[in-house]
Amino acid sequence: MIHYFVKRLLMAIPVMFFVAVFVFLLLRLTPGDPAIIIAGDQATQAQLETIRENLGLDEPLLGQFVTWMGNLMRGDFGVSLISQKPVLTLIGQRIGPTLSLALAAMSLTLFFALPLGVMAAWRHGKLLDRAVMIFSVLGFSVPVFVTGYVLISVFAVNLQLLPVQGYRPLSEGLVPFLQRIFLPALALASIYIALVSRMTRASMLEILQEDYVRTARAKGLNESVVLFRHALRNAAIPILTIVGTGFAMLISGVVVTESVFNIPGLGRLVVDAVLARDYPLIQAIILLTAGIYVLINLLIDLSYALTDPRVRYQ
Amino acid sequence: MKAALTPALSVRNLHVATTGTNPTEILKGISFDVNPGEIVCLVGESGSGKSVTSLVAMDLLPKQEIRPTGGAVLLNGEDILTATPARTKALRGAEMAMVFQEPMTALNPVLRIGLQMEEVFLAHRKMTGPDRRQAVFEAFEAVQLPNPPRIYDSFPHQLSGGQRQRVMIAMALALKPRLLIADEPTTALDVTTQKQILTLIRQLQEENGTAVLFITHDMGVVVDIADRVCVMRNGEVMETGPVHELLAAPKTDYTRSLLAAIPSLTPPEPAGEERGDIVLEVSALSKEFRLGNPLARLIGKPDHVVKAVDEVSFCLRRGRTLGIVGESGSGKSTVARCVMRLEDPSSGAILLDGHDISTVQGGALMRARKRLQMVFQDPNRSLNPRIPILESLSEGPMNYGEDRTSIHARAAEVMEIVGLDPTGLLRYPHQFSGGQRQRIAIARALLMEPEIIVADEAVSALDVSVQAQVLDLLDQIRRERNLSMLFITHDLRVAAQICDEVMVMRNGRVVEMGPASEVLANPKHPYTAALIDAAPGRSWDFVAGQPVGIPVPS
Amino acid sequence: MTDMISVRAARARRLLALPRPGWLTVAAIVVLALIVLAGAFAPLLAPFEPTELNSMMRLKPADATHWMGTDSYGRDLFSRVLYGARISMIVGFSTALGSLAIGLPLGLIAGWFPLADGVLMRIMDGLMAIPGILLAIAVVALTKAGLVTVIIAIMLPEIPQVVRLVRARVISVRNEAYVEAARLLGTSSTRIIWRHLLPATFGPMIVQGTYIYAAAILTEAALSFLGVGIGTETPTWGNIMAEGRLYFALTPSLVFWPAVVLSFCILSINILGDALRDSLDPKMKARG
Repeated sequence: MIHYFVKRLLMAIPVMFFVAVFVFLLLRLTPGDPAIIIAGDQATQAQLETIRENLGLDEPLLGQFVTWMGNLMRGDFGVSLISQKPVLTLIGQRIGPTLSLALAAMSLTLFFALPLGVMAAWRHGKLLDRAVMIFSVLGFSVPVFVTGYVLISVFAVNLQLLPVQGYRPLSEGLVPFLQRIFLPALALASIYIALVSRMTRASMLEILQEDYVRTARAKGLNESVVLFRHALRNAAIPILTIVGTGFAMLISGVVVTESVFNIPGLGRLVVDAVLARDYPLIQAIILLTAGIYVLINLLIDLSYALTDPRVRYQ
Repeated sequence: MKAALTPALSVRNLHVATTGTNPTEILKGISFDVNPGEIVCLVGESGSGKSVTSLVAMDLLPKQEIRPTGGAVLLNGEDILTATPARTKALRGAEMAMVFQEPMTALNPVLRIGLQMEEVFLAHRKMTGPDRRQAVFEAFEAVQLPNPPRIYDSFPHQLSGGQRQRVMIAMALALKPRLLIADEPTTALDVTTQKQILTLIRQLQEENGTAVLFITHDMGVVVDIADRVCVMRNGEVMETGPVHELLAAPKTDYTRSLLAAIPSLTPPEPAGEERGDIVLEVSALSKEFRLGNPLARLIGKPDHVVKAVDEVSFCLRRGRTLGIVGESGSGKSTVARCVMRLEDPSSGAILLDGHDISTVQGGALMRARKRLQMVFQDPNRSLNPRIPILESLSEGPMNYGEDRTSIHARAAEVMEIVGLDPTGLLRYPHQFSGGQRQRIAIARALLMEPEIIVADEAVSALDVSVQAQVLDLLDQIRRERNLSMLFITHDLRVAAQICDEVMVMRNGRVVEMGPASEVLANPKHPYTAALIDAAPGRSWDFVAGQPVGIPVPS
Repeated sequence: MTDMISVRAARARRLLALPRPGWLTVAAIVVLALIVLAGAFAPLLAPFEPTELNSMMRLKPADATHWMGTDSYGRDLFSRVLYGARISMIVGFSTALGSLAIGLPLGLIAGWFPLADGVLMRIMDGLMAIPGILLAIAVVALTKAGLVTVIIAIMLPEIPQVVRLVRARVISVRNEAYVEAARLLGTSSTRIIWRHLLPATFGPMIVQGTYIYAAAILTEAALSFLGVGIGTETPTWGNIMAEGRLYFALTPSLVFWPAVVLSFCILSINILGDALRDSLDPKMKARG
């Protein structure tokens, strides 16, 4: 068990290292002078100098990398080229709405996707199964921003049940928070629900063919016990995996959703950073989300050990 | 005593068909009874419908694909086919119970054995927690499982195959059902374990007076356990009768051919003592598998070393067949794979005509491989499903530079030798039956014109009638071409029929080696004796059609 | 009779013996074909130049001349959507082809050489850890946002998926008895890869290719929508919607039409992908 844990942890380190190398090289290996790329064609010599100094672009590549990694290790992610504030401060100001949105979408997903997937597998080939499958293909195919606008025009514009856009932090009260987070979370969750329910269904269908499910039925157990105690726990690993790898998709969705619903989160920050070519900020956001991704997947790897004794006793 | 006359299970003119637009009948109106206190064996080859019958009785059919279309299945007089799902659920596990073929997959891998056992009581009885636990322990004791509390806390992967099958039996018999259905319960087990499980089922059945429907493909098992037999073929019952009557005087040609196909445990008289020259000599061959990871090595933990093959030596002479016999994990297949250089031996020598090939690489290995060819166990997997047979057959000769025209001519010839129509060369593997595919695999080996054929459980996946044909083919080819054969098998009957010499392996070591007629008739090592003793159906002489020991009337 | 020509004929017959597609698949093929044709022949089909301004005709509803109405610059929406199809098809096709072409050799290497496997797969894990849109945004931020850049940016995060798929397939086939049999027949490693492993990856790769095709079109639209995609002067579905959102309350059709076409396009490709997967692996039929 501890063995397994240490192994997984050690495997996460090179992954994060490669992310860092990649982010580092992306700027340096793009054809052209990185300073000009960032400052634009009309930049003055003085501006270029500031950027070069700021990013240490005059040093040899390896030297730059060592300095940069050293700074990262100390928690120094650099300074925004536009506002001149440390990027971590900027990220700190914007991370709240993004986390709320992601967590709300995640909760909606687990609330809807698991039961839908299990029921679809149980009623395999029946109406409910078809409905879930159609919904999941639709969820994949309709872009988040389209779902977002459909939800806005139905619930906010036509029915006027909820505010059109915007964000209120939880500290300003639960009701305003929920009112504003619900539609964006639903829009965002639509793909994720599609993904997870589809995987739940597929995984359950496979497990329901297993010999031990037949054994469970041969014992005369209730169908709910068969489905949830015997099948779902065995089906969990592929489902957990897709929840983990789908997290990258969720973040991509967050960026778009924030734009549609005017939520002042990381997504908007990163889009603004791109338009201003604020590379240190983009870099930091990528490293941060990749870090969270790796962490979530590490936790999921560990949860395998909780669901499957064969992993635990490895 | 009317109750005694009611059969525990009575199948009446049962019809089962697949659903869908083109329904095919799987069971075509079968009838048989299982009375309280008797064991009825349902025997048949693959596709006979014997397993479907058991699933109908348990109401466990996947109804979207297969469903009953007529007849009745009466459990103590109550029709299962018309009963509500709630009613059959209440009967399952309490009045009728089932043991399945694969003990490795029949238990839920993520739940503790104890919980899985308790579920039976939870579903059907009102009991307190401690009572249930006690009942579980008693059930474990009844099936002679050691240390019930430890088993209770274990997960399935911590138990051996035999132990898991005992757990399955304990589970099935926990509530003393009237009917036990056992679907090939010992097929996946080694012979020695099989014998223990068969004895256990017999013993518990006698104690409780349970009616047992025992499904098997193995006539040997039938001899050991059945009171009555029901022979099935293509969804029909061919004949039914008391076991000895049916074995001694089968009424149908099919049963007769089935019995005739069973290889005898007594090897034929050795055909001459002509000693050919040695073509393959293996000396002190060892193979270790190291299980460890870099991390463990880093903290100084030694690798876990498994000695799969330990100092094995033998000689194979021209024109002879050497059988390597053993149970699973004995290392017999690893020996074959080392000889073929699919695994690299850890130490020892493999002399092919006096030249050591145990470490050769490149061209030398390629030259050696031409002279050694292998026939694998599973004909479904040893042919590439994506290419036509002709291309699979030509692959080898083409690697050795033969031109297409000549290969194609030879391929057509070899197809006829193995008893297949050469027009089949353009078809794909999935268009052939298992036995035909094994013939194709043999043809592929023959096209290389090898001196030695290594057959790794080459007939184990085949039905008994097909098995007999493929064995005959292999033997005929060996004689006609003066080939040598290394024949790996777990089945002593097969070994007795095809091997000149037999080598018995256990835990990677050779236990006993000698002429087949001697080793199998007068085993010197207790393990060999135990193995022979455990061979199913030993008490019946299938050739003479009577129990062993009675002199054949002249 | 037993010559190479008839072997080829046998292979061709087998490939053609695909199961008869269901009505949904047929509908998906028709929709997709229409969109591909619309994109290919946009210059011939479009009633107006997609960039032709007309200050008199701003934000007009649909009528006989402007089938979908006009946008805020008076440009004909229908013509712009046709040209948008062109961009989407190019992006989808190039991304799918490119990521398969790069992912296939990497996957073969990872699956066949255990030494390369560890390092290569950690790099791929690293690439997968970066959310696709963020990666694309970073690439676009560093280069001029042209068609090629956007394709590269969308392609990068798709590559690890292909590598994983090919690798998994190679590893499972590598241990098949028929590959061992080929080794015993004296077949070299290169030939085993070429003859036994590569063909086994084609089916899953085609399926994956269709999903990438769909995902690429979605990502391109999202990038354009965020204003960090192909330059706003180019009519793409995402750009049309990005502009249209400003007038969403007034003229929802500016968002509605491209959204409908885009959604139907992706839906068709996904349905087609599912159908392909089912026909390649009948066991998976009607599964997830």
